[in-house]
Amino acid sequence: MTRRVLVALALVAAPVAAQRPPAALAYTQLRNPAQEAEARALMETLRCLVCQGQSIADSDADMAGDMRALVRQRIAGGERPEQVRQWLIARYGDYVTFDPPVGGTTWPLWLAPIVLLGVGVLIARISFRRR
Amino acid sequence: MVGVKRWLVWLPLCAFGIIVVVVMWGLYLPADRTVYSAMAGKPLPAFNLPPAVAGKPGLSDRDFRQGKPRLLNVFASWCIPCIAEAPQLLTLKAAGVAIDAVAIRDTGPAITAFLRRNGDPYARIGDDATSRLQLALGSSGVPETFVVDGQGVIRMQHVGDIRAEDVAKLQQALAEAERGE
Amino acid sequence: MTAEFGLAALWFAATLAVLQIALSVIALRRVRADVAAAMRPVAIVQGALVAVAMAALIACFLGSDMSVALVAANSHSAKPWLYKFAGAWGNHEGSMLLWVTILGLAGAAVAQFERRLPERTLIATLGAQAAIALGFYAFLLIASNPFARADPAPRDGAGLNPLLQDPGLAFHPPTLYAGYVGLSVAFSFAVGALVTRDVGPVFARAMRPWVLGAWVFLTLGITAGSYWAYYELGWGGWWFWDPTENASLMPWLAATALLHSVSVLATRDGLRAWTIMLAVVAFSMSMIGTFLVRSGILTSVHAFAVDPTRGSFILALLVIYIGGALALFGARVGTVRQGKLFDPLSREASLVVNNLLLSVILGVVLIGTFYPIVAGAWGVQLSVGAPFFDKTVGPLALILVAVMAAGPLMRWRRDEAAAVIERLQWPIAAALFAGVGVFVLGGWIGVLPTAGIALAGGLAVASVAPLAKRNLRRAPLTLWGMVIAHLGVAVSLAGMAASSAFTTERLAAVYVGDPVQVAGFTVTLDGVRPVIGDNWTALEAKLSVREGDDAPFVLAPQVRYFTTPVTTTNESAIATLAGGQLYTVLGALGDDGRWQLRLWWKPFVTLIWLGGAMIAAGGALSIVGHQRRGWQRRRRRAEQEWWA
Repeated sequence: MTRRVLVALALVAAPVAAQRPPAALAYTQLRNPAQEAEARALMETLRCLVCQGQSIADSDADMAGDMRALVRQRIAGGERPEQVRQWLIARYGDYVTFDPPVGGTTWPLWLAPIVLLGVGVLIARISFRRR
Repeated sequence: MVGVKRWLVWLPLCAFGIIVVVVMWGLYLPADRTVYSAMAGKPLPAFNLPPAVAGKPGLSDRDFRQGKPRLLNVFASWCIPCIAEAPQLLTLKAAGVAIDAVAIRDTGPAITAFLRRNGDPYARIGDDATSRLQLALGSSGVPETFVVDGQGVIRMQHVGDIRAEDVAKLQQALAEAERGE
Repeated sequence: MTAEFGLAALWFAATLAVLQIALSVIALRRVRADVAAAMRPVAIVQGALVAVAMAALIACFLGSDMSVALVAANSHSAKPWLYKFAGAWGNHEGSMLLWVTILGLAGAAVAQFERRLPERTLIATLGAQAAIALGFYAFLLIASNPFARADPAPRDGAGLNPLLQDPGLAFHPPTLYAGYVGLSVAFSFAVGALVTRDVGPVFARAMRPWVLGAWVFLTLGITAGSYWAYYELGWGGWWFWDPTENASLMPWLAATALLHSVSVLATRDGLRAWTIMLAVVAFSMSMIGTFLVRSGILTSVHAFAVDPTRGSFILALLVIYIGGALALFGARVGTVRQGKLFDPLSREASLVVNNLLLSVILGVVLIGTFYPIVAGAWGVQLSVGAPFFDKTVGPLALILVAVMAAGPLMRWRRDEAAAVIERLQWPIAAALFAGVGVFVLGGWIGVLPTAGIALAGGLAVASVAPLAKRNLRRAPLTLWGMVIAHLGVAVSLAGMAASSAFTTERLAAVYVGDPVQVAGFTVTLDGVRPVIGDNWTALEAKLSVREGDDAPFVLAPQVRYFTTPVTTTNESAIATLAGGQLYTVLGALGDDGRWQLRLWWKPFVTLIWLGGAMIAAGGALSIVGHQRRGWQRRRRRAEQEWWA
């Protein structure tokens, strides 16, 4: 928690002088509630690139604001959330998404829960008496 | 069953060993944490930015398809490392390098004052009020510099301020882009 | 002088730790009553000395002694006294000193109060405890001296990070550390038992209060930390699956498994090896958590560069203690007598399944937390965050909840399937009712939230079921403890599911006087005025909130500006109402003269932390119950001896 707090601070401390106001949709919502809900859900899974492990949905950083505006604009323009995610991955790599895509380098990660569950079942079997 | 158990008993130590190896890796061979753009080798996205300051043209992707390699400098007047890299940009300009810029979340008067103080190496400055181009380029901060060849393809990305020792590297990348390597 | 006094106390404490280890080895080689008797006072004095060192550091902070480098770097004379006090541990060196202070005090408490543990196991335990303490003394004295002087002394300090200037700092780290360090006692007990090969119900009963105590503190620490993050960060999130949070969740998961396993060992003499292993794992998770936070290897970009010196030191301690204990476990556990095996349909079996599920969740969190480093070794940058943990931990946790609802309704030893199902009919009915009810009232909110609310309903009924048909006054306190803790899980789960599904968000830019609607509330910005605090100035909004025809109430969120160091923070203003919380944040002033407001209505969100508090309260009741039972047993035995 302490670290999170420190982290958030690093962003807030960014210089403020001579800056433009944030993008239109950085701090405002889409009119269509269904689209806003989609955008909001997507923003929670995208990493703020200048923060310490925060999503763009809960960061005060300017760049996170611009990314929120981008997400909302693209969703409002009719794109699916997954398309917007892929658009960002094409520019920033997998680092930008908190939902690591299943693939060459992530299969051990996604397989881990199943393997661990298997080991658990094995241990359970040897600690129970046969009926 | 006893055999299985004997094997299981050492499992925690093995798991711990793996954790220690991973942790040592992270500690002694820390991965480069710079977030690089995945756009290197790809053409610039289409964009058309209005001028950021009076008396200098704005910027569009067409400006990068004139047959000559150029630098695209992502900067802002509110960014402190941008002041630090200004002399290097002037050096590059003096060496004949064409440099265009995109100003992030900035205002005309602030940029004019910045250029008066720190020198003006730029041929064009596009105004990117809401980081649209920055995001489309996969750039994650200011300053960053992209080497773009004469066909508008991104050849290299330099993250952070350009230090004196980086100048040669950028010039080499520009030369390679010129030869079409 | 105070600083040197503290440093001297730390050196003396370290010396006593060496003495304590030596005495332990001698006493274990050949049982000598006089050597063993000397260990208790040594442990107590050691605890007292490190407490003196901590007190000296706090005195330096309270007195704003800027000639102490740590104070100069992390404090400022104009800070309110509470943050000078708590600021003593709001930094690396101070927090490590706090850690070792609690460790020393825990060792002293074991030496003073532990009467049930067999003599040889106690000697080995105190030896292990001193060995852990010695490692951390060495870390402080060699790599992170909190008492180092600054030369020349600056005129004033650099100040404390404003986001830490919150009463949360006074409460959250000490509570969490008490939990981490309490697990060191369980670890030392396990090592002691492995050395003497004496694992059984007596050992488990001696270990149980320490495990329960540590677990209560961990629960409180995590709950408090979550609430702190919730109101301080200004975006309404209460859990982020951040590495630092995972660092506190992992020991909690291990401790939860351990405390159930200890109960099985104490009452049924089963799960011997498993209990020992969990005790080792629980403390390893505490140390890995400390390592994660202190080494900086998992913080992502730019700031907080990796610090290999400090990281290496903690890593070395980790390898020595945990590697050593796990090697000892592998070598010795085969010689620990086999515990009893269980029937697959019994209370024991449900506890085993629950333990395994907790361990699987722990494994998933561990792998998810460290995976970015593994990927980094492949040259790939990736992020593992909330979506991964929601998809993996979410379903596992829901299965866990189902098993924990059924477990306490099963008989020890052996049960019949038909009887269990009959006892579960009311909980199942409640789950269906809750699940269908939320669908009818709230519509389709997704698989996990719906299942979460349904299971919360089932668990709530199942957890109070053991009290049914009992005389409530005569029900043992330990049973009450379990009921309240399990009910707390149901309450917390309901809060998590409901708030994630039904939160209403409203982001608005308004002129003064403009009303904004959010979830049936009308919020009006009446004005914005400057406010001056001890070491900050702020802009404070006056928001009047009206719900229906009720009288309006006022909320006053602030944007605070600090000068040492220069920082802006958003202070949210939260109204806790019957059905949830209204969360308001004041944003920036736009060029057009409109203020940004962020408003959330978060129904039932309060239940998350209420549930956490209930879990901790249940644990505390359980400790009292067990202690009272032991005390009554001893008194009865004394009376019998008197009459005999």
